[in-house]
Amino acid sequence: MADEKRKIRIATCSLAGCFGCHTSMLDIDERLFDLLEMVEFDRTPFTDIKHCGPCDIGIVEGGVSNAENAHVLKEFRENCKVLVAIGSCAITGNVPALRNNIDLWNCFQEVYLYDPGTEGKQIPNDPELPLPFDKVYPIYEVVKVDYFLHGCPPPANAIWKFLTDLIQGRQPETGHELLRYD
Amino acid sequence: MSGTITIDGKTMPFTGGQTIMDAALAAGVYIPHLCHNPEFKPHGSCKLCVVEANGRNVTSCTMPASPGMVVVNDTPELNEDRKALVQMLFVEGNHICPACEATGNCQLQAAGYYLHMQSPHFMHFYPPRRVDASHPDIFLDLNRCILCELCVRASRDIDKKSVFGISSRGIDSHLVVNSESGRLGDTSMAVTDKAAHVCPTGAILIKRKGYTVPMGKRLFDQKTLREFHLEQQKRVEPEDGPDGG
Repeated sequence: MADEKRKIRIATCSLAGCFGCHTSMLDIDERLFDLLEMVEFDRTPFTDIKHCGPCDIGIVEGGVSNAENAHVLKEFRENCKVLVAIGSCAITGNVPALRNNIDLWNCFQEVYLYDPGTEGKQIPNDPELPLPFDKVYPIYEVVKVDYFLHGCPPPANAIWKFLTDLIQGRQPETGHELLRYD
Repeated sequence: MSGTITIDGKTMPFTGGQTIMDAALAAGVYIPHLCHNPEFKPHGSCKLCVVEANGRNVTSCTMPASPGMVVVNDTPELNEDRKALVQMLFVEGNHICPACEATGNCQLQAAGYYLHMQSPHFMHFYPPRRVDASHPDIFLDLNRCILCELCVRASRDIDKKSVFGISSRGIDSHLVVNSESGRLGDTSMAVTDKAAHVCPTGAILIKRKGYTVPMGKRLFDQKTLREFHLEQQKRVEPEDGPDGG
């Protein structure tokens, strides 16, 4: 295949996210068809690819709250030329970081032992489960991040403007009307 | 003493006792700020209003204007410094805008928008201060407090109650409540007090009033921090008010 046919390769993932940023990505609606003319997707919740391969752009939603999040984030950083923190969780920790001042063991006891609706009264301890960290971290406190796209979630128009700028080789510029933290 | 000063090439008059900020706002020239409020004595804690005056960096809210003073205000360098200050304030507290009732009406958030803050840049502190919900009508979330002391000034100077103060040193500095228990519910504070309504962030909020304004209609959905502050100045200028102040 000729070099000029090579499409920009994009990977996305959700760490301690709610998939709302991915939903906002889908909110570009029929512009998704235009996007697919310009890019192809590597690992993302929209494809069946299990691991992130070499990519031009990695888009990460959610903060880092457990060991698996950290592994996935490092894999993205190693494979993506440009890494983007999308949404308030990846940028500040956001609502999940409200647990940062609550003792983790107390959280577990509350949910798995004390809650009247639970059966078995056992804190999950299978080694297959990733261990949670004592705090939720924004992703830039774990790996280097190249761009930040604020919002909970960022508006679809901000995502579209950001992606098209980046894909077409411009410095991504989301103006005042597309910048929001909530 | 009176005369004229020049800000970014624009000459404007000042009268005795006016600071650079006073003269600028009166002339409709905006200098970004958070702890300054024209209704109160200047405080000088947020440092957003730092300008270059006669070649030196000074806080414009506390620096008296002097004849012929040459001020530099709206430059990329000064605005980058201001953005870094807002980033510091954001990481110092738990500013989780999506879960805050002040979102859309918050001057700290609006300062982030105005200065185009795209990332927090610094490491988060995640302070562990407790919420005080002891008052029937008002609650305090000290993890959102930026120590502007507007509530301290309002309670002391206008409400004459001195409900609030700042205690401790360095990063431990925090807002305290002047009651034996340290709880807001044990003070004489009322929901009608000035101090209940001057907080520029979501640190002092009125109970049962959250999320009443739809998105798109909130204060800073409608205007920038610059527009808000210039209008705020007009409201306190006596000659502009129908009641003559």
